[in-house]
Amino acid sequence: MTAVMDAPRLVTARPLLTAQGLSLNYGDVPALRDVSATVYPGEVLGIVGESGSGKSTFLRCLNLEETPDRGSYTLDLPDVQGNLFDLDRFARRMLCATRIGIVYQNPHLGLLMRHSSSGNVAERLLIAGERRFGVLRHKARGALDASEFPLARMDAPPEELSGGMQQRVQLAKAIALEPALLLLDEPTTGLDVSVQALVLDTLKRLQQDRRITMVIVSHDLGVIRTLADRVMVMRRGEVVEAGLADQVFQDPQHAYTQQLVHAKL
Amino acid sequence: MTLQSLTKDWEPMAYGFLDGSAKREIRRKMLKAISVPGCQMPYASREVPMARGWGTGGLQVSCTLVTPRTRIKVIDQGADDSVNAASIRKFLASVSGAPVTTDTLQADLIQSRHRIPEERLREDQVLVLQVPNPEPLRSVQPNMSIARQMHADADYGRMWLQLYEQIVRSGRVMQGASYPSLVNGRHVMTPSPIPRWDVPKLHMARHLTLLSAGREKRLHAVPPFTRVEPLVFDDVPYRVEDHAGLTCHRSGARGFFMNEIPQADGTSLHEVSDSDLGVKTIRAAEGEDTRIGATWYVDGEMS
Ligand SMILES: Nc1ncnc2c1ncn2[C@@H]1O[C@H](COP(=O)(O)OP(=O)(O)OP(=O)(O)O)[C@@H](O)[C@H]1O
Ligand SMILES: [Mg+2]
Repeated sequence: MTAVMDAPRLVTARPLLTAQGLSLNYGDVPALRDVSATVYPGEVLGIVGESGSGKSTFLRCLNLEETPDRGSYTLDLPDVQGNLFDLDRFARRMLCATRIGIVYQNPHLGLLMRHSSSGNVAERLLIAGERRFGVLRHKARGALDASEFPLARMDAPPEELSGGMQQRVQLAKAIALEPALLLLDEPTTGLDVSVQALVLDTLKRLQQDRRITMVIVSHDLGVIRTLADRVMVMRRGEVVEAGLADQVFQDPQHAYTQQLVHAKL
Repeated sequence: MTLQSLTKDWEPMAYGFLDGSAKREIRRKMLKAISVPGCQMPYASREVPMARGWGTGGLQVSCTLVTPRTRIKVIDQGADDSVNAASIRKFLASVSGAPVTTDTLQADLIQSRHRIPEERLREDQVLVLQVPNPEPLRSVQPNMSIARQMHADADYGRMWLQLYEQIVRSGRVMQGASYPSLVNGRHVMTPSPIPRWDVPKLHMARHLTLLSAGREKRLHAVPPFTRVEPLVFDDVPYRVEDHAGLTCHRSGARGFFMNEIPQADGTSLHEVSDSDLGVKTIRAAEGEDTRIGATWYVDGEMS
């Protein structure tokens, strides 16, 4: 454990991400009800909650794949202004490709299974306009390496890789352009415990080395405890509790959170 | 005054086979296509007395452009005398009364499948290419609605990724014909199944090229003096077929696109694919008075 104290980020910095009052209904199903969140630069926000509580939906909104019925979303970045939900398709795509990285729960959503793994990473760079093959190779290799992917297999298609390796390809793709915001949706679910630990290690290292701002969703409290600075607890589309990770886990206020924490212990 | 004097004589069909409204439709879409180079314009594709897939798109454009004074040349894979080329030429002549030629230099309108003539085309000439599949994104995006959005957004990352994958897997770009090319810096088009050899001829060309797909009901255009750049990585140069050093066994022409003719002993001979150029080269060698125009490739190098 390092004992170096950071400057009190929450006091000095302006939030990178501000989402306010997001509400979204799928027909009769209220997937999100007035969800708000702020995330500060370099911070990791963890989201926990039972299945169907709207965690993935919230992340999809943050990745601009989904537009909520109500609510606003801003990112404090140069040349990015206003409510991002007001952006058109083209602006959304460019913003997502260059500033936001995402790792999906289901690798099929995030990867082209039959293309090479390095190609999956290179696609991001191609969208951003890179046209030198040598540089594409070099950067794809770098991102895969940073995700601790075995480089000997960098040109194998994800469909031939194990679940843990697929998640690493997703991660490499997500960080290839050094995004300002990294969204992780259950990055370790479905992996066996030892692989889970390895992927968590990688995430932790990335977070320490690059100070990437992250939002990580998991129903596994252990994962959140390992990575998150702050936690948001969701239930039936609502945020029922939010606060510093240690505080929420040690002294849960809401009945649901208490249940969750005790079930884990 | 009689009714007879006010109306035209009865004719078995409209001039140029297509009726006025069909031709107007195609004219409008050609103008649109020329206004937005490389952008595919849907059009109401009519029936012509030929099966879809045999050049009905090109034929409709030719029928629309033809006048009694347009000199027509039709080629198929470079040859004027293939059955398909001969039938289309005959059909065009019979519905328009237009004169025909095989000489590239004398043609006003050239309808072609799979080749661009080797002699440079001029600003007074129009090239009509028959296109089986006008959508360069089809291989990466089978959903046509999404493909259209991708064109609108100039979202060509997947196209580039396809080239990346080919180089990773095979060490080189495998795409032979229909090499995807960026037109006027904006739209990626498929230049119809012409070989890579012919793509550079479209770049800043003096002539107008119209590319029309009858079955897919879409046409696009490369106006004169428009940039056409094959998609290539900055550090992996574009390569045309290795034909620069081949010699035509019949005409002795050298440094042009060749057809390979396999021989019984396992070797192969080559024959210049642009048959008109071959014929003229032979005539010139026999001392006949023939004019061969300036060619795009000189000594096998694009000039
Ligand atoms: N595309 C969709 N169409 C209709 N309903 C949807 C859609 N996506 C999600 N929902 C519904 O919205 C609610 C929230 O779903 P969401 O996927 O966000 O939950 P989650 O918290 O990520 O759950 P899990 O932990 O199982 O991944 C659920 O009731 C779900 O059925
Ligand atoms: Mg989910």
